[in-house]
Amino acid sequence: MVMEKVVYQRPESLTDTVTHYCPGCTHGVAHRLVAEVLDEMGIREKTIGVAPVGCSVFAYNYFNHDYVEAAHGRAPAMATGIKRVRPQNTVYTYQGDGDLASIGMAEIVHAAIRGENITVIFINNAIYGMTGGQMAPTTLAGMKTTSSPLGRDVELTGYPVKMAEMLSTIDGAGYIVRRSLHNPVNIRKAKKAIRKAFETQERGLGFAMVELLSSCPTNWKITPQEALDFIENSMLPVYPLGDYKVHPELAGLRV
Amino acid sequence: MPIRGRIEVNQLHCKGCELCVMACPQDVMALDMEHLTPKGYHPAQLVAEGCTGCAICAIVCPDAAITVYRETPQKTRATA
Ligand SMILES: Cc1ncc(C[n+]2csc(CCOP(=O)(O)OP(=O)(O)O)c2C)c(N)n1
Ligand code: SF4
Ligand code: SF4
Ligand code: SF4
Repeated sequence: MVMEKVVYQRPESLTDTVTHYCPGCTHGVAHRLVAEVLDEMGIREKTIGVAPVGCSVFAYNYFNHDYVEAAHGRAPAMATGIKRVRPQNTVYTYQGDGDLASIGMAEIVHAAIRGENITVIFINNAIYGMTGGQMAPTTLAGMKTTSSPLGRDVELTGYPVKMAEMLSTIDGAGYIVRRSLHNPVNIRKAKKAIRKAFETQERGLGFAMVELLSSCPTNWKITPQEALDFIENSMLPVYPLGDYKVHPELAGLRV
Repeated sequence: MPIRGRIEVNQLHCKGCELCVMACPQDVMALDMEHLTPKGYHPAQLVAEGCTGCAICAIVCPDAAITVYRETPQKTRATA
């Protein structure tokens, strides 16, 4: 006799709403991983998410737990307030690179400096997705965007900002890593990092951020698979994956 | 006997991005060019025998559209 078991199914922490994300956009993979982690930790019902402005502005429609929507770049400030008033809840922000590293740069840096006990999921797709593919602080040197049609000129507009490296120098940070969503092995590693970033908060070990290299096939103007190849070939050399800061109490944690 | 599995693709969530098709190590998936989903995409589907239920397609799917099943062979007593 042959029986069957379910090896994978849609996580409970996602609603049944169809996302507005473009086909193949790895914002969806990041959502799935967060949802799987919340399911596995059994913390869905006490979790409060803070959505950004950017393509993930509607994250509150897609996650099956409480959510609020912040003004552009201000998610870390809002998460700070919520976590301080409701320390029993798990609080996280989900932010793009325009949101976190451009207009919201001061908010994220000071949240880390204050050692706020929140978790940050940072989507680095090297572009402003929602508004039509303008240059972001994370845009690669020479990369063509709608506002750098000849390629980003670093002499004129500065260099790609490395958020994980930068925030890891801050004492209030407990867990700062960079992962990528471009293939199954790296997606698995990204999920483990997201788990650790939530465990950091559950253990009260300070500010936690997972930077995820993510695709934007629409504004990069390539297919979803080519976009994953672009992450591997062009983004990884500029944004090396790694553990930039891990609190000693997390070092031995197996997830 | 090799492990056998199968997948179900949710027709509302699938956007025909083809990432699962490219990632499947058994090469048993393809887009269904004969049909459109309610959102107007060609959905992914199994097109050949050989799915092992490895769930790699589900791991890369940005829309959590894939449910993966794997057969669990039950021990049967040898008869005669
Ligand atoms: C105060 C304010 N300034 C500017 C905008 C316009 N705006 C909307 S989304 C966005 C950038 C989004 O890019 P990113 O955070 O990288 O997210 P993505 O869309 O790539 O996921 C900008 C500048 C706004 N909505 N509010
Ligand atoms: S514009 Fe880019 S980041 Fe936004 S949903 Fe589409 S592919 Fe994703
Ligand atoms: S990865 Fe998901 S959304 Fe993309 S074609 Fe496969 S099942 Fe459909
Ligand atoms: S479960 Fe594995 S073998 Fe089966 S379709 Fe998905 S990727 Fe291919």
